[in-house]
Amino acid sequence: MADYSVILFFSNNHAIWTAKLLKKAGIEYKMIPVPRHLSSDCGYCVRIRIADVSDAETVMDKNSVEYEKICAL
Amino acid sequence: MIPSSQHLNNYIYFDNAATSFPKPESVADAVIHYMSDIGGNPGRSGHPLSVEAGEIVFSAREAVADMMGASNPMQVVFCSNATDALNLAIQGILRKGDHVITTAMEHNSTARPLYQLQQEGVISLSIVPCSTEGLIDLDQLKGCIIPETSMVMINHASNVTGTVQPLSDIGSLCRDKQVILVADCAQSAGIIPIDMKSDNIDLLAFAGHKGLYGPTGTGGLVIADDFDYSQLRPLRFGGTGSNSDSIEQPAFLPDRFESGTLNVAGLSGLHAGILYINEYPDGIDGIRRYKRELIHRFLEGAERDIEGFIGYVPLDSIQTGVMSFNIDGVSPSEIARFLADEFNIMCRAGLHCAPLAHKTIGTFPEGAVRFGFSIFNTTEEIAIAREALKKFVQSRR
Repeated sequence: MADYSVILFFSNNHAIWTAKLLKKAGIEYKMIPVPRHLSSDCGYCVRIRIADVSDAETVMDKNSVEYEKICAL
Repeated sequence: MIPSSQHLNNYIYFDNAATSFPKPESVADAVIHYMSDIGGNPGRSGHPLSVEAGEIVFSAREAVADMMGASNPMQVVFCSNATDALNLAIQGILRKGDHVITTAMEHNSTARPLYQLQQEGVISLSIVPCSTEGLIDLDQLKGCIIPETSMVMINHASNVTGTVQPLSDIGSLCRDKQVILVADCAQSAGIIPIDMKSDNIDLLAFAGHKGLYGPTGTGGLVIADDFDYSQLRPLRFGGTGSNSDSIEQPAFLPDRFESGTLNVAGLSGLHAGILYINEYPDGIDGIRRYKRELIHRFLEGAERDIEGFIGYVPLDSIQTGVMSFNIDGVSPSEIARFLADEFNIMCRAGLHCAPLAHKTIGTFPEGAVRFGFSIFNTTEEIAIAREALKKFVQSRR
């Protein structure tokens, strides 16, 4: 699991938006329930490969996506 | 081009300005798809069916944003209908001492919440008169703006006359004067091209179940990219599936204004409805052209062929496939009853929740008969309607 990071969001709406943007940009992702040890939120987050973190940040910033943080799984 | 109705051969439905019917088959399929195969609550859980429901809502959001010219799908706040969205704009922004300008063509969805605030002493209100065609005079609008003016509310396309206000010119004026422009696009979304950016619209209310061919119970408020939505107070507070560790309402879009579970079945249908419009030959322009052709077929020579026919608005001014008429000396409800009973033609008679507009065109308090055409109406149906009206006149001799 150490090869993955997760992007946590304030809103699930932004999580789904990000998934669509990553798909468009050709970045591999998976939507997974938020791991309880990372957040008390009850929704989902986006898991990406650590190698793609920088590209994912660029995509999100370009589209003004609001996200809480990116952390290692 | 498959409508969902099996009743098409039995009825002629001309009440599309109230709600469009039939819907495209793909709209009904999309509703059933959510109800039968997905069913999850969007954004409330982490399981796949919740994610799929969230994706449906997002797709609808993205489609609305694209159609209205909002660059960010999060700027689309879903509401129950256009009235709900207009109430969010009106009650969410206006504060004691504000002055609001609106027009003499408004639907009660705007007129009533504004009048209520005026009666409560919260706001002062100016109603700009319009021509008998229902068009606003920009100089008169300009003349109403005072230092306390915080909002201009404009009914983009009339649900009575089918005429369209010069939204872009009004938007430029509001931007110059730093006044918020709220556009009621209940009758124009999906029929008239709209671009929030170039038209300088701050808040745009739309209905999902009319020109967008979605189910009833859908609509929303689109917030301009550069609009400071912190000045818009939510009318409902509650669960959003976000920031669940806090009892404070989220500050970000769209969650700030979307407490409670959304109408996912309806939004699934709305998404399909917008896709249908996008795939229609030449899109919205094609739809507008077709509706104008139907209006043309109905109105051209109507005054010559149907004794006592009164059309009110010149043919070329009608832009949206909606028009009202009367037959001299007859109650509009009697005409509507005859059309329904004798020809299975469904239309709406009366004031159409728009007493201000009927006063403007001179049809208050009796009202008029309204026909609202959709892309599924045909020239054959128009011909039947004209014959029906001729028979109605003959029956009264």
